Amino acid sequence: MARLVLLIAWGLALTGPAFGERGRLLATGGIAHLDGGAGGGIVPMALLAGYASDDQYGGTVSATRTDVDDYRLNTFSAAFNWHNRIELSASRQVFNLGTLGRQVGTGALDLQVNTVGVKVRLAGDVLYTEMPQVSLGAVYRRHHDFDIPELVGAREDSGTDAYLAATKVFLAGWLEQRWLVNAAVRNSSANHAGLVGFGGDRESGRSTLLEGTLGWFASDALLIGTEYRQKPDNLTALDEDNWRDVFIAWFPDKQWSLAAAAVDLGDIGPLEDQRGVYLSLTGSF
Amino acid sequence: MRILAAVFLVLAIAACQSHSTLYQQLGGADGVDSLVTRFMERIGSDPRIAARFADTDPARFHRLLSAQICSISNGGCVYDGDSMAQVHAGMDIRPAEFNALVEDLISAMNDEGLPQAVQNQLLARLAPMQGDIVGH
Ligand code: HEM
Repeated sequence: MARLVLLIAWGLALTGPAFGERGRLLATGGIAHLDGGAGGGIVPMALLAGYASDDQYGGTVSATRTDVDDYRLNTFSAAFNWHNRIELSASRQVFNLGTLGRQVGTGALDLQVNTVGVKVRLAGDVLYTEMPQVSLGAVYRRHHDFDIPELVGAREDSGTDAYLAATKVFLAGWLEQRWLVNAAVRNSSANHAGLVGFGGDRESGRSTLLEGTLGWFASDALLIGTEYRQKPDNLTALDEDNWRDVFIAWFPDKQWSLAAAAVDLGDIGPLEDQRGVYLSLTGSF
Repeated sequence: MRILAAVFLVLAIAACQSHSTLYQQLGGADGVDSLVTRFMERIGSDPRIAARFADTDPARFHRLLSAQICSISNGGCVYDGDSMAQVHAGMDIRPAEFNALVEDLISAMNDEGLPQAVQNQLLARLAPMQGDIVGH
């Protein structure tokens, strides 16, 4: 599967301009969110994936690996952008409960989650309007392996997040530098970003959560920044904390981008202080 | 983290030292002149938009664009051409064409060796014109 997606990404990227004309400026497609749409890695943005402008279409294919002390997450995702207006995305996420799996005697367990998402740009342009670019998005997730989430108290094996995101690049902001500011508000019942089912014993319903990104463009092609994602805490058996990271995203051209981050996921259940790295490769077409 | 702090200290010091106008940072009259020349070369060899300028008088375009850049960069010039909305009316310029032109400008600024902070400021002053130029 992993190899397949990478091959597709490679093929799409090589077919180049025949596929998409990439009429937007470098880096304005952001990097792949874990769910496949445009964002930073853990916080969505109002940007739409790829480089399609108002009368073009395009998209991205991404592979991401997140490795923290006791867990690992592999994500393969794709996004399609129609006219820089609508973004459709899908991802397959494999959550590896290394240490915890061994502790409960199931071995290094993999939980698979599939997602589909849609995002609509409502107003504004990240570069050209005084107001930020504003988009509304939804992501539906479904578990393929619900036994463990159910065991720790998750109520549903599928759920939908809705979010509103506003993103703006200040071309010559503070200190005459180029800054990216992004804020999102999410309504969700997902446990651990949807990796451990939906709803729990502490809180069975939905929560409203705040997320944000601050980035500095070291050059047109290099974005350095930080993300923060507020999380609910629905499960007694598997506590969760807010997530944060510090990332660097490199856009050597409009076909490829590479992002790396130092992530801090806090406590995940009994396993405390989950820190590690995130690496993501995206091909755009 | 300490590296980031150091970077911003350097940026802050650099920003405090530049009391000059953007026009001066662009190299004054000579700098703008040669920037616009390079920019026009870039546009002329850009297959995405070159055809748009097939019937344009290069000397007039050079003069008016230089005056406009001088004016928005506090160089003391008065741009006496028509407004951006008037000039580009009826052309139905696509957002992708506008972005192509911005990429050509960035290439020209790189050719001229202009620092990132100077490039940022010129781009920031041109960006709000997008709405007047595109789609009319
Ligand atoms: C920030 C971006 C832009 C600025 C500051 C700008 C500025 C100007 C100026 C000062 C003139 C000369 C006015 C005159 O001849 O009376 C001009 C003319 C022209 N512009 Fe733009 N322009 C921009 C974007 C574009 C784009 C994206 C296109 C198309 C791809 C375009 C196409 C033209 C053409 C074809 C003319 C010549 C009109 C003629 O010959 O009568 N411009 N522009």
